[in-house]
Amino acid sequence: MTVLQMAALTIVALGGLAMVATRDPVRQTLMMSLYGLALAALFFAFQAPDVALSEIVVGSVVLPLILLLTLAKIRGEAR
Amino acid sequence: MSIYPWFVVAWLFVVGLWGVISSRHLVHQILCLAVIQSSTYVLLLAIGYKNAAAAPVFATNPPTVPAVDPVVQTLTLTDIVIEATVIGLLLSLAVQAWKRFGTVDPDRLRALRG
Amino acid sequence: MFYMSALAFAAFFVWGMLRLPAFGYYQGPYGDVINSFVVFERHATDAVTAINFDYRGVDTVGEEFILFASVTGVALLLRERRDESASEERARVAEGRAGQTSSGVKVLALAVAAPSALYGWYIVSHGQLSPGGGFQGGVIMASAAIFLYVSGEYLALRHMNPISLLELADAAGAGGYVVVGLAGLIASGTFLLNVLPLGTTGEVDSSGTILAISIAVGLEVAAAFVLLMMEFLEQTLEIRQRRRV
Repeated sequence: MTVLQMAALTIVALGGLAMVATRDPVRQTLMMSLYGLALAALFFAFQAPDVALSEIVVGSVVLPLILLLTLAKIRGEAR
Repeated sequence: MSIYPWFVVAWLFVVGLWGVISSRHLVHQILCLAVIQSSTYVLLLAIGYKNAAAAPVFATNPPTVPAVDPVVQTLTLTDIVIEATVIGLLLSLAVQAWKRFGTVDPDRLRALRG
Repeated sequence: MFYMSALAFAAFFVWGMLRLPAFGYYQGPYGDVINSFVVFERHATDAVTAINFDYRGVDTVGEEFILFASVTGVALLLRERRDESASEERARVAEGRAGQTSSGVKVLALAVAAPSALYGWYIVSHGQLSPGGGFQGGVIMASAAIFLYVSGEYLALRHMNPISLLELADAAGAGGYVVVGLAGLIASGTFLLNVLPLGTTGEVDSSGTILAISIAVGLEVAAAFVLLMMEFLEQTLEIRQRRRV
């Protein structure tokens, strides 16, 4: 088990904790993108480039878009 | 130190579960579900890993080079697609809940009106 | 209370995983078997894409239909309902507000949109040669439309991406995958058999049906994610509660 893999696993574990501890959804969206990047680095360290590419595109293109649009809808319409 | 990946998997699962249970905003809950899903990706890839092996892409390596397991990587790839679609559906449900009940706090969304 | 049960659950979880072979000592036969003959049998150098679209192609049919069904579900859930109204005028207002996008963002987004569509197509068509494939390239192609939205041209985006055309492309991609499988069925009795000529390893047109399936999946995924984005955009920017007079 290489040092790189141990470091990547530690960063992913801390990122998961940070994701859950961030309560404001807008900040959590940004944290989700960073967590996706940390996960992709872990997948590269585990010799899985296809999976890492998939995680990068999903975590930085699709998810922040629909999350931010949902949050704009939820906050935008004043009741 | 070779049991460290299993600890990280269990940690991610439990932390995500805590987030889902103690959440006060539907979107926050959905992202904690994403953390739980990511723990399964790490588990799958950790199962297929081989020490000092290369990626299962043989563009420059000859096929005799030891490589990690590609079958679990395919399963994880499918899993990531499913995560994206499930989060999309859950977010549109959250929008509908906001429109119907005026709140996105899961503790206040108790009554299921027809 | 939760912390105690979480600790017990985590302890059982780790204890169960300790029975697995130690990390790094992969023992199962399937990975080694496939790695040894995927290049010779399918003339494809990316084992993961070959498994995804050929050896376990039926699972990917299910995955693409899950994507198709969930985008349909989102379109259904976020449709304009009886007590709501969507209007052109609000879309124009949205564009007016977006006209305050900084010119730096506009230039960068418009400059990157077309190359990212080309890059997505490159990833789709080289799926069997290097890491990539239909799904990843499809999402990168969809990001070209997202860059257009970020640059503030919402009305242009709406005219360029009519929802009916996107739905047609989505269905064509999903149906195309099944058609390739049926071609295999008609040719020699097995659904999704690789019946196209295999070509030489390392060329773009190698590995038969894997390229055709990759293109169909790329088309479907790109259309599905742009459709998802247009549905969410319409819901956020245009649809409002109609005031009861």
